[in-house]
Amino acid sequence: MAETEHPLAQSPPLGIAELEAKVEGGRAQRERQARLRNILYPFGVAVGLLVVWEVGTRVLGVPIFLLPPPSAIAVSFIRNLSLLLFHGWVTTAEILLGFALSIVVGIPLALAIFLWPAFSRSILPLLVSSQAMPKVAVAPLFLVWFGFGLLPKVLIAFLIAFFPVVINTAIGLASIEREKIYLARSMGFGATATFFKIRLPNALPAIFGGLKISITLAVVGAVVGEFVGGDAGLGYLLMVANGSMDTQLLFAGIVALTVLGVVLFLLIELAERLAIPRHIIAGDKGMREVV
Amino acid sequence: MQPTSSSSSDAEGAYLCLQGLSKVYATDGGPVPALDQVSVRARRGEFLSVLGPSGCGKSTLLMITAGLVRPSSGAVTIGGELVTGPRTDIGIVFQNPVLLEWRTALGNVMLQAEAKKLERTAANGRARELLGAVGLRGFEDKYPHELSGGMRQRVSLCRALIHNPNQLLMDEPFGALDALTRDQLGLDLQQIWSERRMTVLFVTHSVPEAVFLSDRIMVMTPRPGRVDRMIDIELPRPRTLAMREMPEFARYIHEILDLFLARGILREH
Repeated sequence: MAETEHPLAQSPPLGIAELEAKVEGGRAQRERQARLRNILYPFGVAVGLLVVWEVGTRVLGVPIFLLPPPSAIAVSFIRNLSLLLFHGWVTTAEILLGFALSIVVGIPLALAIFLWPAFSRSILPLLVSSQAMPKVAVAPLFLVWFGFGLLPKVLIAFLIAFFPVVINTAIGLASIEREKIYLARSMGFGATATFFKIRLPNALPAIFGGLKISITLAVVGAVVGEFVGGDAGLGYLLMVANGSMDTQLLFAGIVALTVLGVVLFLLIELAERLAIPRHIIAGDKGMREVV
Repeated sequence: MQPTSSSSSDAEGAYLCLQGLSKVYATDGGPVPALDQVSVRARRGEFLSVLGPSGCGKSTLLMITAGLVRPSSGAVTIGGELVTGPRTDIGIVFQNPVLLEWRTALGNVMLQAEAKKLERTAANGRARELLGAVGLRGFEDKYPHELSGGMRQRVSLCRALIHNPNQLLMDEPFGALDALTRDQLGLDLQQIWSERRMTVLFVTHSVPEAVFLSDRIMVMTPRPGRVDRMIDIELPRPRTLAMREMPEFARYIHEILDLFLARGILREH
């Protein structure tokens, strides 16, 4: 029987080292492409939407005070850059102070809840029900108590932002495998060493999860405070732009707030990556696969 | 094979001594008895296995021995000392490796050294030596997620050994591993034990594993766990994989399986 070899089979067989190089090269290439796609696709969609927006408002003749085209917003943003930077700085200070206060109050509170069951039993129901209260409604009250300055905004940002820090930290500290605690006890670690060597590092991912929610809420809190009564800040600028029907500036302010929010969020993520190197997050997943 | 009692080890050489241990757990569905009057003694350097079906309280027995769980009644002594709280001079290997994900293999072994405040450089050397002995040379700086299940359990074993404990407690340590890795770890454990001769209390539900590793097996009844039978395993050491094909080995297996059939733990249709 005339056996005709498949054309592919004629190429000389590769050694395992060459195959490894080939497979690794292929994997690296696929990964590069995937990374590129992850950036290109959302970017493309965003550009597409902006184009539709731009063309739509022009073709349909939408009045500029109703919906300005992106180009007008960009022009307004650049023209008012120094104004945006000034007010943006005020808002940033309020956010960061409110966020810092959330950490300074939230983490010790979570510790107390975790360490002291009686405290947890008495304070936790109050804390949870306080979250049902719309904090925006408290803002005018803070105005009465603390005036128009920085303090009421910081306090509102704190009031909105501290809850996730408390809850995530408390949950992170409490959720640990019983065996890890058994291990610590059988090795002879005391309560303090167990806390710092095992429980706290174990809770870090949860704590950072809380911080990430908290920072975005702090932005909301600061802006709400400025809405209610302020003489500076991006929230105040939005109110002014709104009052003078300067819709382009209104949009520019929203863009500035969005950028500010994203940058702050990324900073927390950076801190997380420094505190918990990537292998631990990956390790978490790896552990689950096996057990 | 005649049922053997524990009388052979009642001599003064007993190192680990469990006396009349009972444990009843309080649950929402009422009290659940886990252990009923379990007494056993292990000689210094003996390899004693606790074999029984799931839920017979054998893990509870081990936790009580470690001082991590309080018995409802009864007492444990290790080396003549009454266990009243967590014993820190023993080594424990849990069912799961229980490694800290944020520490390397070496770092996890060193955790024990830090707890015991051992001198750092010496402990470091010992940790590396132990990791090398269980085939983890070159993996010292890997994180748990970079290791296979068997490797993680080896790290856990090293962590249990770095302070040279006289008593090693193992709670189904190889239960989650594949058959080949299990065999290898059994051989490794035998090697380590034969060099150090610590007293081992080894909880398992694998009959061949218990026969392969043990000097003596304590077979337990279903819940609540009682001592059903003590079986001396008189196979020569070191045991080899080929011994598992020997008729003596098969006889031990049969004896235990017959016992399980008689107790209704196993049922042939």
